[in-house]
Amino acid sequence: MPILDIQNLSVTFETSSGPFKAVDGITLSVDSGEILSIVGESGSGKSVSMLALMGLLPWTATITADRMQFAGQNLATMSARQRRKIIGKDISMIFQEPMSSLNPCFTVGFQIGETLRQHLGMDRKARRARTIELLDLVGIPAPEDRLSTFPHQLSGGMSQRVMIAMALACKPKLLIADEPTTALDVTIQAQILDLLVRLQKETDMGLILITHDMGVVAETAERVQVQYAGQKVEEQHVKALFRDPHHPYTAALLAALPERARGRDRLPSIPGVVPGPSDRPPACLFEPRCTFATDLCRQTVKRQDEALGQALCNYPLVAGRPQNHPSQSHATDETRKELT
Amino acid sequence: MSDIVLEGRDLTRHYEVRRGAFRPAATVKALNGVSFKLNAGKTLAVVGESGCGKSTLARLVTMIESPTSGELEIDGETVTKSSKELRRKIQIVFQNPYGSLNPRQKIGDILEEPLKINTSENAKARRAKAHEMLSRVGLRSEHYERYPHMFSGGQRQRIAIARALMLNPKILVLDEPVSALDVSIQAQVLNILADLQKEFGLAYLFISHDLSVVRHIADEILVMYLGKPVEFGQAETVFADPQHPYTAALLSATPMADPEREKKRIPLTGELPSPLDPPPGCPFNPRCWRAEEKCRIEMPKLEPVAGQEAACFFPLSVAKSEAA
Repeated sequence: MPILDIQNLSVTFETSSGPFKAVDGITLSVDSGEILSIVGESGSGKSVSMLALMGLLPWTATITADRMQFAGQNLATMSARQRRKIIGKDISMIFQEPMSSLNPCFTVGFQIGETLRQHLGMDRKARRARTIELLDLVGIPAPEDRLSTFPHQLSGGMSQRVMIAMALACKPKLLIADEPTTALDVTIQAQILDLLVRLQKETDMGLILITHDMGVVAETAERVQVQYAGQKVEEQHVKALFRDPHHPYTAALLAALPERARGRDRLPSIPGVVPGPSDRPPACLFEPRCTFATDLCRQTVKRQDEALGQALCNYPLVAGRPQNHPSQSHATDETRKELT
Repeated sequence: MSDIVLEGRDLTRHYEVRRGAFRPAATVKALNGVSFKLNAGKTLAVVGESGCGKSTLARLVTMIESPTSGELEIDGETVTKSSKELRRKIQIVFQNPYGSLNPRQKIGDILEEPLKINTSENAKARRAKAHEMLSRVGLRSEHYERYPHMFSGGQRQRIAIARALMLNPKILVLDEPVSALDVSIQAQVLNILADLQKEFGLAYLFISHDLSVVRHIADEILVMYLGKPVEFGQAETVFADPQHPYTAALLSATPMADPEREKKRIPLTGELPSPLDPPPGCPFNPRCWRAEEKCRIEMPKLEPVAGQEAACFFPLSVAKSEAA
């Protein structure tokens, strides 16, 4: 049984120009001991869906879901007080900017200890011992001395280690890492990713890794969910996804990576931009930017089955060729070249 | 190879940092002896992590700041304090297009401002040039009347590029031009940069920390660490066969979008040392797995190794026993 099971989650924000649907019917499940990666560009709703799960969205957000289950408990119907007992203990989260997610007014030791006091009711001595143990676990040298340092005395990589220590304090069953390495240098990024994966394996927790970096996905994730404009457009195992993407958006995104280009040719780019609230297409949200779009895509869009990566597309790609496309014969070498 | 448009000789830039009333001021050697040459129509990529001095280099080259010591030559002329004319030959595009465009100016005014300040062209000629440049970077004529907030990140970066090109510069300094953009947009901007380079014969000084972008766009690469160049060479050879241990570690740490590739990561322990208190000898020695006593005492010079240049006593192509 999956540790987290979300069905049809939607988040709508009340804005001055009317409601805006940031997350549109996301379905997601994670098993314990698994790394699921959510990939998408900015505005794809990857962070918002996880913040909704954590209950961290402002009051302007309306959250609806058919099911939102964590370890057999229904998070959607639970009172705020009950939910508070789970969030931060069994589900914890790491944020993108380690420098700004720590409170500058309190020492590192205090901030980690706070979680332990709230959720586990440890006394001061036990908290100190556990905090030292945690700092040691995340690879901070001389942990005893670090207890009394303030966040401004730490580098970005060290701050992120502290954030990870804090998230792991109560031995969570599920860890959500929201772009944990985006603000860090590559050599530090490699250290932090290795650390996260090692800890995830050791504690057998579920890990949701939110990122926009396809390289990070390829090296860390086991299963990948691709999001576009608030919708899930594809879900596959990592190797299969990179080998044979079924949604045109995934294919175009992979093709646009400079490292997958051959030599110094022009990069196949995706024309246009992600649709905003005012120019939301009627059916398929990727249709205005898609090379294979037809009239049908402006009327309806079909969710394919598991064999085709649950691609949200009328003409899912197989080996770079759209299936059942009306102009199958016209899917010339040129368009194929663009996508492979 | 005769068309050298930009040359730096032993450039250094030091900053004084005050550390409170009772402690003496310290010196940060943000840039410490960098030499390079840039040919017309070519791209030199400067690569390194934060604090390695790549942005300081951009500020020196664009004459925003003057070097503490060393010489800079643009288009065959040595830069002095009064080289106002030279400023037109070198322009810069900044990292964050949300911060580098004035929100109160229309796109047209943004593009025309460099002409207004530096040339005596009349309003009509300026307007015509701005319209022409808009179409060059893939924007439409009607965008002339709009304000920056009406554009997406990718479009803004194109506006910033258009502005940099208004004075027909020979050199464009690109300071992380695509790292604030999404992948699909990043590809658009990189394509435009490649087109413009071909069309105008521009030389690019491309500053980036993203090695996959650098691999795609660069002809030559200069790898920096803590204000010092550690490796220089043709892009292909540096990527295929890095000589300096830091370059190798950097390459191996960059995540590749290929899950089936075998991971051979060189784990680097520790972090960048503080530039206020750099380690003696080679700046990389505390994190280097090949470091020996010699590395902790003496600073290696940038010397030719296997077709490129590396500042290391024990470059990777040389077996360790031989080098010692």
